[in-house]
Amino acid sequence: MLGQQILSGLATGSLYALTAIAVVVVFRNTRTINLAQGDFAMVGAFLGIIFLKEWGMNYFAMLALVVLCCMALGGFVERVVMRPVAESDWLTLFTTTIGVYYILHGMAGWIWGRDTKAFPVSFEATPVEVFGALISKGHLYNMAIALLIGGVLWTFFTKTKQGIAMRAVTDDPETAYLMGIPVKFIVTLTWVMAGAIAGFIGVLMAPIIYVSPEMMDEILIKGYVAAVFGGLYSFRGAVIGALMIGVAENLAGGYLGSHYKTSVAFVMIVVLLAFRPQGLVGIQERREI
Amino acid sequence: MSSLIVENIKANYGPITALKDTSLVVPEKAIVTLLGANGAGKSTTLKCISGVVKPVSGSITWANKEIGGQSPNSITRKGIAQVPEGRRIFKDLSVTENLEMGGYTRSDRAGIEADLEDIFELFPRLKERHKQLGGSLSGGEQQMLAIGRGLMADPQLLMLDEPSLGLAPIVVSQIFETLQKLVEERELAILLVEQNMKMALRVSSFGYVMRLGQIMISGSSEELEDNKEVYESYLGTA
Repeated sequence: MLGQQILSGLATGSLYALTAIAVVVVFRNTRTINLAQGDFAMVGAFLGIIFLKEWGMNYFAMLALVVLCCMALGGFVERVVMRPVAESDWLTLFTTTIGVYYILHGMAGWIWGRDTKAFPVSFEATPVEVFGALISKGHLYNMAIALLIGGVLWTFFTKTKQGIAMRAVTDDPETAYLMGIPVKFIVTLTWVMAGAIAGFIGVLMAPIIYVSPEMMDEILIKGYVAAVFGGLYSFRGAVIGALMIGVAENLAGGYLGSHYKTSVAFVMIVVLLAFRPQGLVGIQERREI
Repeated sequence: MSSLIVENIKANYGPITALKDTSLVVPEKAIVTLLGANGAGKSTTLKCISGVVKPVSGSITWANKEIGGQSPNSITRKGIAQVPEGRRIFKDLSVTENLEMGGYTRSDRAGIEADLEDIFELFPRLKERHKQLGGSLSGGEQQMLAIGRGLMADPQLLMLDEPSLGLAPIVVSQIFETLQKLVEERELAILLVEQNMKMALRVSSFGYVMRLGQIMISGSSEELEDNKEVYESYLGTA
């Protein structure tokens, strides 16, 4: 029973981790706390329904197209909405993303309706045994995809020129610009990347939580709490935080009662901020925001 | 013929005039020094050449072509690299990654690999620490890395902004020796901004003294060295 709770906690946690990574990617390079991150995934989930039901695409073609659309959405938001205010202070940037959040919520409700829709992919409940614990195939699949995306991102950031350049821009944008790194292009790239991750999250989450304009609100908050575990800076800290939240809320749900589940993440963040405001992992010096 | 000719450039930082009317020449394979007190406009001059600051007027010609006002990306591609003041190492990037970023504008894989090896040969300390994060290096090592990173752009002109700042005298002389070696081996021209005039004039062949955004004196390094009273008054040192 305990093993099972932990395992399905890790499965949910891995999706929080993807959200947290997207949050950190954008924050590191633009100082923007992007509240619309979840809505990129929400739009992706609605598009997924269209691609499957109306266009008759198969699952993987749908996934690829959703990811591409969300990348375009991320890039569009950066170029059209965020770039004009890019030099502003963090509060202006944050408030601008609240605007994007409401616009996307409103447009989704207007176009697709406010009712909850089922995602036409059945979430396979058939349990599989892993290390003696039972876990549904759907959860296992989500974990595998999350791990794969994590691996791709790690490779991108450590092995490719654009990925290293993205870290250089995080570190010191002025010097990066001096070296000939196109800083503005890199910033667009971070939003495109956040969009891509959101596309995956939307498609992976949709069968579990159903599709509605509000579907991502709670997940985004947990993703944020997880990101704060890494000081909004460390990917490792964000992933560890996300997995901890996933496991802790599952254990609370299992042993204390399901109504305790939602509050766990908030209790954790309060405790964390009280004792380690710089985050859990890896930042020696607090960077100015 | 890759020489740099800066003619009558003016530059502002917002409402403040940083450069009034600056002209200088860096011939091929020469070390030229730009001296002056804090705020004289030395760094701004370098930034105008590297494209970080856009001059309001005047011209900058490199290899007989106008480059004034272009982006750092295209200026780096044309063979001018700048080692910024305070080294500005990417702290969270490894030594090798820092060097790779210096060569960001290049796509000749073989050339990049060869230059990386050359730099590791020039600075064996960097090779020993190639996996370490830039932020974990000592000041002298960081300066070596900053110079190496500049060289990774495969420049014909390397501009250095106060490379001796905050370093122990022994390290400073090592770095200046390396610069001389580079000029001989790589057929490089160097434009050096310094407050450490003694060292700077020793390695350079020609010098300019700036004050309040203008070049006040220029001459061969020997002339400037003999002309102590004059340049010392401009430098504001006793």
